[in-house]
Amino acid sequence: MLELIVISTLNGVLYGMLLFLMASGLTVIFSMLGVLNFAHASFYMLGAFFGFQISRWVGFWPALLIAPILAGAIGAAVERYGLRPVHKNGHVAELLFTFGLAFAIEEIVQIIWGKSPVDFRVPPLLDFPAFTIFSTNYPAFKMFMLAVSIAIFVGLLLVLKKTRIGLIVQAALTHPNMVGHLGHNVGRIFMLVFGVGTALAAVAGVIAGPALVTQSNMAGLLGPILFVVVVVGGLGSLPGAFVASLLIGLVQTFAVSMNGSLAGAFGPLGPDWASSWVADIWSVTIAQVAPIMPYLLLVLILIFRPMGLLGTRDT
Amino acid sequence: MRDLAATAAPPLPALADKLKFYAIWVVVALVLLLLPKLFATGGSLTTFSLIGISIIFALSYNILLGQTGMLSFGHAVYYGLGGFLAIHAINIIGANKWPIPLPLVPLIGGVTGLFFAALIGWVSTQRSGTAFAMISLGLAELVASSALILRTFFGGEAGVSANRTKLLKVFGFNFGPQIQIYYLVAAWTLIAVIAMYALTRTPLGRMCNAVRDNPERVQFVGYDPHVVRYLAFCFAGFFAGIAGSLAAINFEIANSAYLGAVQSGTVLFAAYIGGIGFFIGPIVGAIFVTVLSLGLSDLTTVWQLYFGLFFIAVVMFAPGGITGLLMMHRPLIKAGMLTRMLPSYLIALLPTLALITGLMLAIETTVHYTVNPGEDPHVKAFGIPFNAASSITWLVAAALIVGGFALARISWRRTAHVWDETLTAARAKVHAT
Repeated sequence: MLELIVISTLNGVLYGMLLFLMASGLTVIFSMLGVLNFAHASFYMLGAFFGFQISRWVGFWPALLIAPILAGAIGAAVERYGLRPVHKNGHVAELLFTFGLAFAIEEIVQIIWGKSPVDFRVPPLLDFPAFTIFSTNYPAFKMFMLAVSIAIFVGLLLVLKKTRIGLIVQAALTHPNMVGHLGHNVGRIFMLVFGVGTALAAVAGVIAGPALVTQSNMAGLLGPILFVVVVVGGLGSLPGAFVASLLIGLVQTFAVSMNGSLAGAFGPLGPDWASSWVADIWSVTIAQVAPIMPYLLLVLILIFRPMGLLGTRDT
Repeated sequence: MRDLAATAAPPLPALADKLKFYAIWVVVALVLLLLPKLFATGGSLTTFSLIGISIIFALSYNILLGQTGMLSFGHAVYYGLGGFLAIHAINIIGANKWPIPLPLVPLIGGVTGLFFAALIGWVSTQRSGTAFAMISLGLAELVASSALILRTFFGGEAGVSANRTKLLKVFGFNFGPQIQIYYLVAAWTLIAVIAMYALTRTPLGRMCNAVRDNPERVQFVGYDPHVVRYLAFCFAGFFAGIAGSLAAINFEIANSAYLGAVQSGTVLFAAYIGGIGFFIGPIVGAIFVTVLSLGLSDLTTVWQLYFGLFFIAVVMFAPGGITGLLMMHRPLIKAGMLTRMLPSYLIALLPTLALITGLMLAIETTVHYTVNPGEDPHVKAFGIPFNAASSITWLVAAALIVGGFALARISWRRTAHVWDETLTAARAKVHAT
């Protein structure tokens, strides 16, 4: 039991930090540009596939640097030449533009790399068990993922709190119009923020690619969960996104490792139910419902706290 | 208050306008009736049925997006649940020999859609705008994932099938042949289109528009925007359920793809490409998207990419959709000045077509190298053969893209200039007369 708790906590925090790497960019982009980037998870996927391709050519470590820069450059270009001209048509058009973009990126990735998973391996330098806990080997690469995401988290915090650009971004989170009135080059800041946000998602892709499956549907699988994180945490709230990322990471990881079901817990109370039409609900295990846990959490949050855990805006 | 409303209301339409209005519907009904006589093959009947279903679905989606301003990424939930309930209903009715004929089954699907929309909508319509879009996406994922867990009802990956001919016969129709299904779909399409058009003319429909444009103002007037959004959501769910059950009847099967994100995305594409600003927009979009997806899939293997790029182009350059583009020209037609625009359109169209051809050539050549690299480089796309291995193909593609882009940019700028001048002239002319 203790083993389960320790390992699941580690995995949950790891998954949560990965989610936060993406959700932080998404939240800042939403706060500043007012548009929820539907294609954010697609940049995570682009990061993973760029990382795969570049690590084949020049190795994993250069890929860790080059892939996010490439994805970030594409992100900045998308903002400058795609999103900005659409801006005059309103928020719905912007959201639909990113929706179409996500669709197109998935198709392009499918054309170039195919539909089946690619062979993105953990670099040999990190391919060993970091430590053994309760007879389970914990891979060093996962510790590396954790270290990278925590390092980026700390770096992001420092940039936001200690630098001038961070101050402007922070100001734009709450008073986007005022920042413009103060004479900052809002267009360039937007492009920069979009580029950095998508680059962060790509970092998450490069480090998650070898550990999870690098496949053309990975954006489609992760995207909705990312939006759940942002809505549960509160739209436009960076601390909220952090709390929600960890919460969903832990909930989902713990749910996967649990095997209980209603039949297991209350089996003797209703022995006939296993054969009736409620059999599905009766005998489904917690591990099986793990994929829908984030969405259940979303519904609960919507009923009891519609603006999200730490959200203040009601738009 | 009553007097004020009476004086502010528009005057009742004249008899001629009324006749014109009803004549349109009669003509539509006649066209639907005669369509199978003109195109009698089985394939075209299936296409017509699919178009009818997707018209109902796209219009029901536009109750949300176009009329009430709610961008939903999960509208297929109500379509799919309607379809599943319809399939189960057919099975149950057939097994028990209840006297319910097939034409009434879509009503069961509609009520199912209404029920689930009423259940889910109360929570999700509490917020509008971006939050609603995200919530609809999350709830859609919840339902779609649950469908794979609840295997008894949803039939897992394979889905649930039924036999539509086992039901009570009406006037000797057993609804086996496609022609009878076509007339069933056509009748329901006509009913649903009329009902949804009528809905836009009711006070509720008008309040929906008000909620879309200015929810704060609506609150001041004394309506609750949440309730208005909720009612619109319920109506949209009802009609989506009808569309879903018609699809289930047409295919005699319902599976989890009905509920999925692809279905939700397709209806969004259809409604937006057609144009959400006009009632007829989603109808145009549904016809266009259905024909395009059926036709393109025969011509090229990567039709979905073209589809996505086309959607992006519509969002970027024609946010009003196809109908929006056509309706823009109404003042010019009224003033009889449309011919003034034609030369600049023709000039602008040429480089644009070159650009598109270049892009398609580049895409098809790339596809050849990544998808089936070992095969013969003499490939065929859109029925046109070309050699993917030769450098001439690459050069032509590059020249078309670069040259087409540069010229298209210049010529469209000029066209916009001419457009402004012509529109001003047309307005002045209409005002003068």
